[in-house]
Amino acid sequence: MQIYVCIKHVPDTAVNINVVGECGFDESVKFVMNPYDEYAVEEAIQIRKKAGGEVIIVSVGKEAATKTIRSALAVGADRGILVKTDTQFLDSSLTAQALTKVIEQDGSPDMIFTGKQSVDSEGMQIPYRLAAAFDMPVVSDVAALSMGDGNVTVEREIGSGSREVIEMTLPCVVGAIKGLNEPRYANMVGIMKAKKKKLDQIDIADLGLDINAAGTKLTELKPFPERGKGKILQGSPQEMAEELTQLLKNEAKVL
Amino acid sequence: MANIGVLIETSDNNEVKKTNFGVITAARGEGGNEIFGLLINGSGLTCKDAVQEYGIGKLVEISADGANLSSNPELQAKALAEAMKHFEINALFGLSSMQGKDILARTAAILNAPLTLDCVGVNLAEDTVTKFHFAGKTFATIKLTGECRICGIRPNAIEAKAGPCEAEVMSFQADVQDSGRMKVKELKKGASERVELTEADIIITGGRPIGSEENFKILHDCAEALGEAAVGASRMAVDSGFAPHDMQVGQTGKTVSPKLYIACGVSGAIQHFAGMKTSKVIVAINKDPDAPIFAKCDYGLVGDMFEVVPALTQALKSDN
Ligand SMILES: Cc1cc2nc3c(=O)[nH]c(=O)nc-3n(C[C@H](O)[C@H](O)[C@H](O)COP(=O)(O)OP(=O)(O)OC[C@H]3O[C@@H](n4cnc5c(N)ncnc54)[C@H](O)[C@@H]3O)c2cc1C
Ligand SMILES: Nc1ncnc2c1ncn2[C@@H]1O[C@H](COP(=O)(O)O)[C@@H](O)[C@H]1O
Repeated sequence: MQIYVCIKHVPDTAVNINVVGECGFDESVKFVMNPYDEYAVEEAIQIRKKAGGEVIIVSVGKEAATKTIRSALAVGADRGILVKTDTQFLDSSLTAQALTKVIEQDGSPDMIFTGKQSVDSEGMQIPYRLAAAFDMPVVSDVAALSMGDGNVTVEREIGSGSREVIEMTLPCVVGAIKGLNEPRYANMVGIMKAKKKKLDQIDIADLGLDINAAGTKLTELKPFPERGKGKILQGSPQEMAEELTQLLKNEAKVL
Repeated sequence: MANIGVLIETSDNNEVKKTNFGVITAARGEGGNEIFGLLINGSGLTCKDAVQEYGIGKLVEISADGANLSSNPELQAKALAEAMKHFEINALFGLSSMQGKDILARTAAILNAPLTLDCVGVNLAEDTVTKFHFAGKTFATIKLTGECRICGIRPNAIEAKAGPCEAEVMSFQADVQDSGRMKVKELKKGASERVELTEADIIITGGRPIGSEENFKILHDCAEALGEAAVGASRMAVDSGFAPHDMQVGQTGKTVSPKLYIACGVSGAIQHFAGMKTSKVIVAINKDPDAPIFAKCDYGLVGDMFEVVPALTQALKSDN
């Protein structure tokens, strides 16, 4: 099995984002692997354990993304490829094209894993675009997966606590969510090994993509106003409950 | 005049979900365009009255010749893409719901069209949309270019405004073949019929101190007294095994923006806020007066949730 996992290098969800200029932000904050992609990496490693083969990490990002790729190598992925760009907010279609090109140049995927969404730009579409480019079936929001013979059965969360059980033939694309598995932590041995694993880098300009063909362009980024300290109610539980009911009805007008 | 499409989502009993109306309103913009309602699973007859009230002038029932579209997302997207080409629709709007996100993304991938999901604002004249980046920490404006564009709108984000007209119902037969590569084998219904978090107007959430799955009953009771409210959970409550993962609100759970969000025994971690900070009104119930959530809410109640929540249920009931 040749399994590709697409991971994005993103700011840690716990940090504050300070907007700089028209549509940039202070990038000196801590960056990590996009949280959903951790489930994608883990699933790929578990499948390789049983079926054999290779897990290849692919990322489109700045040079600093090598750190996140190494962290995936440290938990067991075999090697990595970085497509270098100079922006955090590359158009989704271009990102998908870049991922497609490097994967195509590298090998022939039996499975491609992604997360369900990036937590920075929240595009929610890369798995679908990859599937269309490779002409493969795709399911995203996958919370359970089992491998069959030439196929895979996944469970997709569809809301209200319900799931669709979907069977897909291989090769295919899977978008992971929390719950799919328990991602492992890297240990010292893994981290040491990762340093020696192969990590290729290629510039996006060398992939022959038309960077100007982007259909979406971020034109402004603004901080979202924080709400202030609320009105604190006083009294017994009953008194507070009654006051809140009235406030929600008459002041906030949401009931 | 342009042709604009709106993918209409229906509920299990074939009614138009009310969250569609804000989407139609956004697609209508300042007017002057032809608005097509596109139905994949649904009958024009039962949907006509509801959608024409908001300005759908043409209501298209999409079906496929010799293939069953229902519960085959791959085929649905192909049929939708064909319908768009047939009616020369160059902008498609839909709900950024679980179902909507999936089909809009599949369609955008087929058409190689730019796609923005989870939008909270649309400016047709300027070809821009607004949405959040970094889970509500920043607000982004995105310019769309190209011949065709697709846009999913966060449920309840855009207020519905009526704009009545008379809808013409028509049908479209797509010529699509089932690739046979994917098949929905089964629908596993959740244990109870729950209101879907991302589409709910009101949400009440329990944090770690809820202590057990059984204790969620106090929240379900309160949800019932609140009306059609959904029940959510913090990650600590989910990770402790008190609630299933799909009830989790936050960074790694669901992003919600209801009119009213009531957080009970939730500390207010940044990752929790990431999923609910765009709610219109936030109420916090917490026994620690210094809990971080009190610094970023509209109404705060300091007290034990096991006393305050049942009291609230009672107060709501006696008020009705
Ligand atoms: C990458 C990452 C992703 C994450 N994603 C999410 C996410 O999606 N969603 C999420 O929620 N968290 C997420 N977290 C976890 C988050 O940081 C917090 O740990 C979590 O939200 C805390 O849950 P809690 O508020 O229920 O529990 P606690 O932090 O334990 O807070 C419980 C609160 O309840 C109060 N309390 C105790 N007893 C009572 C009582 N009887 N009545 C009333 N109040 C009481 C306490 O004063 C306290 O404020 C994520 C963390 C990371 C690192
Ligand atoms: N720049 C990128 N490099 C590698 N993978 C990415 C990149 N952007 C997105 N992805 C993958 O696609 C998934 C969905 O991202 P998005 O469509 O941007 O929300 C992510 O969880 C990643 O697995």
